[in-house]
Amino acid sequence: MSSRHFVIIGNGISGITFARHLRKGDDQARITVISGESPYFFSRTALMYVYMGQMKWEHTQPYEPHFWKKNRIDLKQAWVKTIAFETKTLVFESGETLNYDVLVLATGSKPAFFGWPGQQLMGVQGLYSKQDLESMEAITSQPMERAVIVGGGLIGIELAEMLTYKKIPVTFFVRENRFWEQVLPESEADLVQKHIREHAIDLRLETELKEILSDAQGSVRAVVTSTGEEIPCSFVGIATGVTPNVDFLKNTALEIGKGVKINSYFESSVPDVYAIGDCAEFEKPPGLGRKNLEQVWYTGRMHGETLAYNFCNKPVTYQPGVWFNSAKFFAIEYQTYGWVSAEPMDGVQDFFWEHRDGKVSFRMSLDQEGKIVGVVNLGFRLRHEFFDRAIREKWTGEKVMQELGKGVFDPEFYAPYHLDIQAAYQRQFGGTLVPSKKSFFQKLFGASQ
Amino acid sequence: MRGIQGIGLVLFLLGMLVFTALPFLSSFRLTEAMVQDQVKETHREKLAELLQPMYGQSYSSTHAFLSAYSSNFDPYNEELKAKQAWDQVIWDDYGFALAKAAGEGPARAYPWTSLALSIGLVVLGGVLFQFAGSGSAHTSLAHTGVFHSSLKNRGLLGMLTGTYLIGFYVILYWFPAYLSPLVWMVEPIAQFLSGGPASQWFLYGLVYTLAIGVMGIRMVLKYRDNKYQQLRTASVVFFQTAFAFLIPEVLVLLNKPYFDFKNIWPLDYDFFYDYQIDTFLSSGGVGLFMLIWGILLIVIGVPVFTYFYGKRWYCSWVCGCGGLAETVGDGFRHLSDKSLKAWQWERWMIHGVLALAVIMTGLTIVNYFSSFSLLGQVTNQLHSFYGFAIGSAFAGVVGTGFYPLMGNRVWCRFGCPLAAYLGLVQRFKSRFRITTNGGQCISCGNCSTHCEMGIDVRAYAQQGQNIVRSSCVGCGVCASVCPRGVLKLENGPEEGRIHEFPILIGNDSIKLRS
Repeated sequence: MSSRHFVIIGNGISGITFARHLRKGDDQARITVISGESPYFFSRTALMYVYMGQMKWEHTQPYEPHFWKKNRIDLKQAWVKTIAFETKTLVFESGETLNYDVLVLATGSKPAFFGWPGQQLMGVQGLYSKQDLESMEAITSQPMERAVIVGGGLIGIELAEMLTYKKIPVTFFVRENRFWEQVLPESEADLVQKHIREHAIDLRLETELKEILSDAQGSVRAVVTSTGEEIPCSFVGIATGVTPNVDFLKNTALEIGKGVKINSYFESSVPDVYAIGDCAEFEKPPGLGRKNLEQVWYTGRMHGETLAYNFCNKPVTYQPGVWFNSAKFFAIEYQTYGWVSAEPMDGVQDFFWEHRDGKVSFRMSLDQEGKIVGVVNLGFRLRHEFFDRAIREKWTGEKVMQELGKGVFDPEFYAPYHLDIQAAYQRQFGGTLVPSKKSFFQKLFGASQ
Repeated sequence: MRGIQGIGLVLFLLGMLVFTALPFLSSFRLTEAMVQDQVKETHREKLAELLQPMYGQSYSSTHAFLSAYSSNFDPYNEELKAKQAWDQVIWDDYGFALAKAAGEGPARAYPWTSLALSIGLVVLGGVLFQFAGSGSAHTSLAHTGVFHSSLKNRGLLGMLTGTYLIGFYVILYWFPAYLSPLVWMVEPIAQFLSGGPASQWFLYGLVYTLAIGVMGIRMVLKYRDNKYQQLRTASVVFFQTAFAFLIPEVLVLLNKPYFDFKNIWPLDYDFFYDYQIDTFLSSGGVGLFMLIWGILLIVIGVPVFTYFYGKRWYCSWVCGCGGLAETVGDGFRHLSDKSLKAWQWERWMIHGVLALAVIMTGLTIVNYFSSFSLLGQVTNQLHSFYGFAIGSAFAGVVGTGFYPLMGNRVWCRFGCPLAAYLGLVQRFKSRFRITTNGGQCISCGNCSTHCEMGIDVRAYAQQGQNIVRSSCVGCGVCASVCPRGVLKLENGPEEGRIHEFPILIGNDSIKLRS
């Protein structure tokens, strides 16, 4: 318990999770959260839904404004210009200052730009912040001939969906030979690519952006591809990944690599300064197969939880559990639990099943002993608790298959895909697997596979 | 397809126009024979005398007719009231019956044509619009654009629609005489089904059933790859059509009491009223069965079904109010208020109405068995207050009229005493819950935004906590709209249903409550 002043820069998922948990564990601490982007915590993942008229801005805010007052978490909307670490003072762009006892950097990330000619033109942007959303809404409020998206990952496909909602024709550049190449195995990428093209997206694989051309007013007129093709367009969405938002911390006492360098206690090179979330770069990967930079929602949240715990209890090192992630590609949901390699690997055997309509698939990776190491599922839902346990306890593939019915998380009356998956597994691997039977309701309502 | 959709819209609007215009195209001519025919024996002579000046006169509008009726009839009643001769006052309102008898106009002369050109065009246009507009979008993309819509986001169209609906309900409940021309066009159907004349309630029942049917088609198309939504939509359409609309009429044809077998006290607030009990007891075996059936639903049906399936078995699979909310009201679901404040109001209001209904019914029953010696006619006043404030104003005018303003479940959330009862069972003794899928929530808020009951689903999901709330009607839309596969409606063991100390899966450093 302390009455130290904790100052958190950044009100995203990691900063806010930290603040909330700190308050739960420490009634005395003074807590201030600083953000220039927005007065209240909002869910970055929902930006696309605001654009598509599926939500309003206030719906993105998980806590009502009175929550912060009740929990004595002071919010300050301002941009930090510099930090004087030796005097523990923040200097804001307004010239105002604020002192801290403990500083938590949760500044997130920003879209990565790779120095393309013309990248500063009007109509070229990423999609990360509230301001990005506002700018995209303004630019695309007028009908336009075409938009171009650069980058075959999660933000790229979100942008494609958003622009499609506005009925703007889209050309989508993917540098690699398939969509989300670092993560999705080839069959899954194929499935997603077909789905992208069904939405009349002009998907260009192995295509890079070379240059963005300007009109007389300094707005985008066209882009030029790596093959020299010129594509007229009025909007260019940059979705080539994100990079830690640490520019204002460079050339200070703080050690910076790609992000703020931290150890497994989230401690930076400067005493009483910590970093969590997207802006934090671990010196050593926090677990087997994990990366030094983990820039996803879930890990940001876990960083916040763990660091807050450490201030209220005997500090522990950050130890993430079984990996999991999820996304959505237009209508097709994606989930993954554990470790599935995008490329075939020695000593790992994959079981893959795809539904005949090409919208649903399941992959399970098994180690040399036939034990589950991970799954990837598209178009249907699997239960986190089930697969977390199966992977942790190293179930055999056959046992996972036998119990698969319990691992399905689709709504009631949905097609029982697990029956089909079990049958396919048995055909491929044999064994003593007894496929489940259709339930009474599945027969009654003709749930088809 | 856009062209067909446009045609659908035009037909729909034309039908609405005819429906709205028909009451204005009628004239009225009253005769003494009509008064003799429509008025109770006890009032017959007096009314025939009072209305003498109207006989043979032609009135060109409902308003003119009703004004004349009032100016001839009211002074008599006022005088009796002034003298406090309460037992002689004529409490019955003959306005509707006489207006219907005296009416002349296209709807009466050509009922089938009028019906086809009004309700028929609305239905045809509505169905065309839905089919042509369904496009190829996937279910999970079906909620885009609602906040860019004037109709669905309290824009001008939303306000106009709300005003029209509110106006319709006010007229229906308190000025039904204005609807008498419309009632004429459904007279042949009523005669066919029940062998009797049509009332404003028959008209309302028919329109209500058709609305659920047409908008039910919309639901099935919108959720074309969501079997849960399709099945529950089919279910509410079935229960409305068969149980709420057809069976009661056929019962009347067979000389049995009018009865909706799926309506349950205290939503069916007059179930224990003395005249109802008398009807049941004087209708032989069928009447007795209705009484026992109704009581069994209350004491066994509600707790048992709710224990196994949650209150959704009723609210979003069977109930008529729920049926309308889930079909006609589906496009307005996101307008519900999610604030903590609204939840506080909700709990006071809905349980207040439940308490009121229970007290009123208790007094009614005690009074009945004491042969009215205990409270005399006081229960009647209580009944008329409840009927006015809750049965008509809240359930009807606010419940449906406010769809475009406050969402489609205003009545179910803030007012329905049966929902309160079902909710208490669901909260404290049920296998139903919405399961949160481990740590997969990204706090995006789609679930909360599209919850028609205003439940902040995200508040639970983001801390890995199952959602167990008395108000949840189990519509399943949160699970459908979730982009990360986090929510699932489930019936399961009571143990572990409520997570007091939820733990988010995925962080091995610590195990702490969110």
